[in-house]
Amino acid sequence: MTSLHTQSGASAQRRIGLPRALMQRQWFAPLGALLLIIICMGLVSPGFLSIRVVDGHLYGSLIDVIHRGSSAALVAVGMAIVIGTRGIDLSVGSVIAISGAVMAVLISETDLPPWLIILAAVGSGVLCGLWNGVLVAYLEIQPIISTLILMVAGRGIAQMITGGQIVTFHGEFFEAIGSGYLLGIPWRVLIAAAVILLLWLTMRKTALGLFVEAVGGNARASRLAGIDSRGITLLAYVISGVCSAVAGIIIAADIRGADANNAGLWLELDAILAVVLGGAALMGGRFYLGATVIGVLIIQSLTTGILLSGLPSQYTLVVKAGVVLLVLLMQAPGFRRSMAAVLRRRQHED
Amino acid sequence: MKINERFYPILATVSVLALLYGYGIYEHRAFSDSYVLGNLLTDNAFLIITAVGMTFVILSGGIDLSVGSMIAFVGVLIAELVTGFGFHPLAAVAVALAIGTAFGAFMGLIVAKFDIQPFIVTLAGMFFLRGICFVINLDSVPIDHPFVSAVGDFKLPLPGRGWLSASALLMLATVMVGILIAHYTRFGRNVYAIGGDRHSAQLLGIPVEYTLIRVYALSGFFSALAGVVFAFYTASAYPLAATGVELDAIAAVVIGGTLLTGGMGFIAGTFFGGMIMGVIQILIAFDGSLNSWWTKIMIGALLFGFIVLQRVITRSFSGMRAEVQTA
Repeated sequence: MTSLHTQSGASAQRRIGLPRALMQRQWFAPLGALLLIIICMGLVSPGFLSIRVVDGHLYGSLIDVIHRGSSAALVAVGMAIVIGTRGIDLSVGSVIAISGAVMAVLISETDLPPWLIILAAVGSGVLCGLWNGVLVAYLEIQPIISTLILMVAGRGIAQMITGGQIVTFHGEFFEAIGSGYLLGIPWRVLIAAAVILLLWLTMRKTALGLFVEAVGGNARASRLAGIDSRGITLLAYVISGVCSAVAGIIIAADIRGADANNAGLWLELDAILAVVLGGAALMGGRFYLGATVIGVLIIQSLTTGILLSGLPSQYTLVVKAGVVLLVLLMQAPGFRRSMAAVLRRRQHED
Repeated sequence: MKINERFYPILATVSVLALLYGYGIYEHRAFSDSYVLGNLLTDNAFLIITAVGMTFVILSGGIDLSVGSMIAFVGVLIAELVTGFGFHPLAAVAVALAIGTAFGAFMGLIVAKFDIQPFIVTLAGMFFLRGICFVINLDSVPIDHPFVSAVGDFKLPLPGRGWLSASALLMLATVMVGILIAHYTRFGRNVYAIGGDRHSAQLLGIPVEYTLIRVYALSGFFSALAGVVFAFYTASAYPLAATGVELDAIAAVVIGGTLLTGGMGFIAGTFFGGMIMGVIQILIAFDGSLNSWWTKIMIGALLFGFIVLQRVITRSFSGMRAEVQTA
């Protein structure tokens, strides 16, 4: 069994050898864009770059970007793996609402120890991921549609759990997760970083990442090569569910309450945008965790930067839409071809 | 007589609607009043108009996520033109419909020419339109004009206590036009062909790119029309209006029995799908003891049921093909 897996892993590596060679550039472009945005923001509003230490904590707009970006980064990383299998997970916002609701209700109505409550909240994410994964992998329903079901019903489920109210809670442990610091670094950033690092290790230091990309590249071929493509797809959705659940815990701990209607609203769009900015193809077959995190930071710096620059915050969405369209066009082979044709014509005219 | 398998989903839709309506009449005496029917048609008019446009997009194998933002955008635009620039509402409506159609065509152009997934292109469109709403106006504003209130007061009495409003009539007309376009024009047939198999359609000489651009333009037009209905119905404009309507519209199309992979489905099914969602809401409101979140859960459950039904049907189709091949 083990030899079979190594073989299939090796063949998968050969097949997708070309994108791997481009990996260096994949890192480079988003990072360059991020630096460019940060420099521009720094020029527009000089306060953007300053980092101060207040009460032993780091303060500043850049820290704020990382602080606010941590929950989005978690969701985006899970989304990246799902997109790697040629899927999409629209239910992340609802999963955030569900895990936050589970946590808030358990804290305010039971005396369970905190670790058990966290486990229950993460468990709700696992269940949601299993539901999505079974629909996609075993019933073979289009990912957009299978996850749409949970996206629609999930907020209803979250409201059912909270009884339609915004459940608030108190507890030192959970308040620390939301707004506490360790050695000057916010806890939520550390949690997000730990989860993302763990995922990166399991994806890139084992063959799992290759399997995911092989399934996304061609599910049938990967099945013939001996990869359990259904199992891998299921796993991807479970990972996404867990990532969203952890993000839900952080968000609920931050506002010290669960808001079934608004928690994680629109986050699925930001997460997909971050994955695309990170250079992954929506057609599946490749994903980049590090570049996805950079994508999240780009979005967050744009949002924070627009706020700081004095431009009304309502321009954020328009700017985001423009950025997505630009990135999409640059990725699209059709657009590249027509641009190349235009350039060639110019040269002929010269 | 054996019924064509093509009709199974729409038959299931009509049966579910009949069952729900029958249950309503059985449980609540007031349910059989034409008043309920009139309200049902009026309250869901904008949703069903949007869903008719969405049906064309889904039939072609795509998806349009920008429709909810389009509804809000059209409302804000009309309010701005009428109160800010002194346009007559009808002129404002014409401008809004033209912009909506042009924006849809633009998204269709990107989808068709550059082969980018419709899902992400229309997602960007959704962001963009919502952002433009915020740029135009951040607050909820009334649309105050004698013409708007005259349209709002229009009532065509039904037998019983009910009546048909202008929005309900417009919605019914839209559904009729949609059925005509889908089943009795070359464009409609091309849409079915492209959704069934884009590559074959191309080889058959169907103008795939041009048809796709027109599909998204049509969806832009219908969602803008829905925005007009919504603006007249609420007589106000709010940049956060109609969030999530894109998902309701997709749900109405799916519950209406249209195959999500494209190529199979009926506009009439979408009408019934939208009505089912409306009836669920009314049933939950009538019951009183159930909370509003049950609407979402029940719609999710219905979605699940219909999607599984579709899977079963497409499997039996491919099973039939396999039989033909082996025979």
